[in-house]
Amino acid sequence: MAGVSSSHEMGLHTEPLKGRDIKTMFSLENEGGYGYAFARDVDFNKRGEVDAKGKNATETNNEIRALMDSGHGSIVIKNPGAEHSLIVGILNRMNIIVEGSLGYFGCGLLDGPTVRIKGRVGWSFGENMMAGVCVVEKNAGSTFGAAIRGGDLVCKGSVGSRTGIDQKGGTILVGGDTGAFTGFMMQRGRMVICGNAGKNLGDSMYDGTIYVGGEIQDLGVDAVPEPMSDVDKAWLTRKLKQYDLLPEKGVDHFTKIVAGKQLWSYDNLEPSEKKMVL
Amino acid sequence: MCGIAGLIHRKGTSNVGQEMTNMLQSLKHRGPDSTGYAIYGEPKKGEYILRFKVAEQEELDTGSKIHDEIKARRAAVDEVLKDNGAKVVKKDEATEYSFRYQVEFDGDLKKLADRVEEIEGAEILSIGNSLELIKDLGDAAVVSEAYGLHNFQGTHGIGHTRMATESDVDIRSAHPYWAYPYNDIAVVHNGQLTNYWLMRRQLEREGQRFVSSCDSELLAVYTATNLEKGMTLEESLKRSIEEIDGVFTYLVTTTDQLGMAKDTMAAKPMVLYESDDMVALASEEVAIRAIIPHEIDTYDPYDEEVRVWQA
Repeated sequence: MAGVSSSHEMGLHTEPLKGRDIKTMFSLENEGGYGYAFARDVDFNKRGEVDAKGKNATETNNEIRALMDSGHGSIVIKNPGAEHSLIVGILNRMNIIVEGSLGYFGCGLLDGPTVRIKGRVGWSFGENMMAGVCVVEKNAGSTFGAAIRGGDLVCKGSVGSRTGIDQKGGTILVGGDTGAFTGFMMQRGRMVICGNAGKNLGDSMYDGTIYVGGEIQDLGVDAVPEPMSDVDKAWLTRKLKQYDLLPEKGVDHFTKIVAGKQLWSYDNLEPSEKKMVL
Repeated sequence: MCGIAGLIHRKGTSNVGQEMTNMLQSLKHRGPDSTGYAIYGEPKKGEYILRFKVAEQEELDTGSKIHDEIKARRAAVDEVLKDNGAKVVKKDEATEYSFRYQVEFDGDLKKLADRVEEIEGAEILSIGNSLELIKDLGDAAVVSEAYGLHNFQGTHGIGHTRMATESDVDIRSAHPYWAYPYNDIAVVHNGQLTNYWLMRRQLEREGQRFVSSCDSELLAVYTATNLEKGMTLEESLKRSIEEIDGVFTYLVTTTDQLGMAKDTMAAKPMVLYESDDMVALASEEVAIRAIIPHEIDTYDPYDEEVRVWQA
């Protein structure tokens, strides 16, 4: 490595290294102290449009950010054309409406916005969402809501396999059916499937709750049924009504699935250690 | 990664050459190494379309002698066809090393194919009454332009954009695979087969032949073997989910059918659009949007799902 004095000179970084990062991530001046210090100040009544036709994901996402920079708090995306990786990394409270369908990894890494997709979405929609609401009017692909930590992720149609894989919080609601390995390695949060669930439901789940309105093909390792309580029914009714998904016959027919908590790698941890894991 | 796509028109023909090109070009990012088509025109009774190559594209860089060698190999193929009773009624030269012959033949297809492939460098890409299998290095726009596919009228087709992983970047390892020695059957695959060597050993013992070391070829040979035993396409697809290990989604076409199978884990993507007029399916929805730009309802087939559509 003779002659190279820093990784910056090797082209590994675009900015000089300064040591520890002591950037403030959340501003106490914002309401509740939960907003990002670098979040845009947007006006919900200021509406803008992005026409995604013929543009790649970077161009469309940059246009969204440019509108946010100029204070637009409600943005309509037209002609998304099932392009991948659109509407990612939005850390603001704001409204986004997508007039069409998204491809893979749509609405990833969100923290705060309310997004409505009028079409369908591809694989890994809403991955790693921290907070906010995403509503998909049609179907969704596999790994819907992978590793979400908060917020409400709603698909009014059916979703693919491995829905909510590694879910760490938040709520996933599906109006139709879901495929195999739904809730795989779920760690926290709630999932509601109004239709049928495929094989290995809740396989290796550590914690969390899954409600299924239709038939369950079979349960995965360490996923066990538990009686529905009045609290469960009240919560389900309220949540499904909120998104116009409440079945006419109510929620009494739902099955509740939880973790059997026999997985040694989790169960041997002390409560304080569990918090660190999650 | 690889991208696969397929479509079938239920009410007559369309420009499937251009439609498949549009779909495959939009999947270029899933695999830029090679592009292949298996497209089906109007069946020609008593006549076969023979697509074959006598060299790999990369061989053209090996010196001036290869050009004479290619001519000699082609002449040898002509001789074999004649000696085995196949009458060539039309010859087209798609590239210097790849050819399309219209052939009148009523003999044993397997025997004819075996004789042709005994010639060094010769490989039959397809034999069919309606199937034409085209594959080469480059993206869909390049291959379509080189092989004149922009106005291919037909009923259905499948295609593949390849990202080479476990075998080389060459035409031999490109998809689709013709289900030797069966007229009009082709396969494209996205995934990885983990019991490839075990299954290959078993199929070779039964007399089947492989031309590459690409695991996807197994699906073509496997399908051909099952159909030879009298299974329907649907039965073969269902059995494959039980017998073949790994992660896979694959498409099979016959003279008038398009079939799809997905593995037990549903690990490889597939998006499906179905209407009264047509069915289109692809690894990504962008490929379907490339031929149907307006808003449509699509869905992801589930694990172990098998579907067969009729033209």
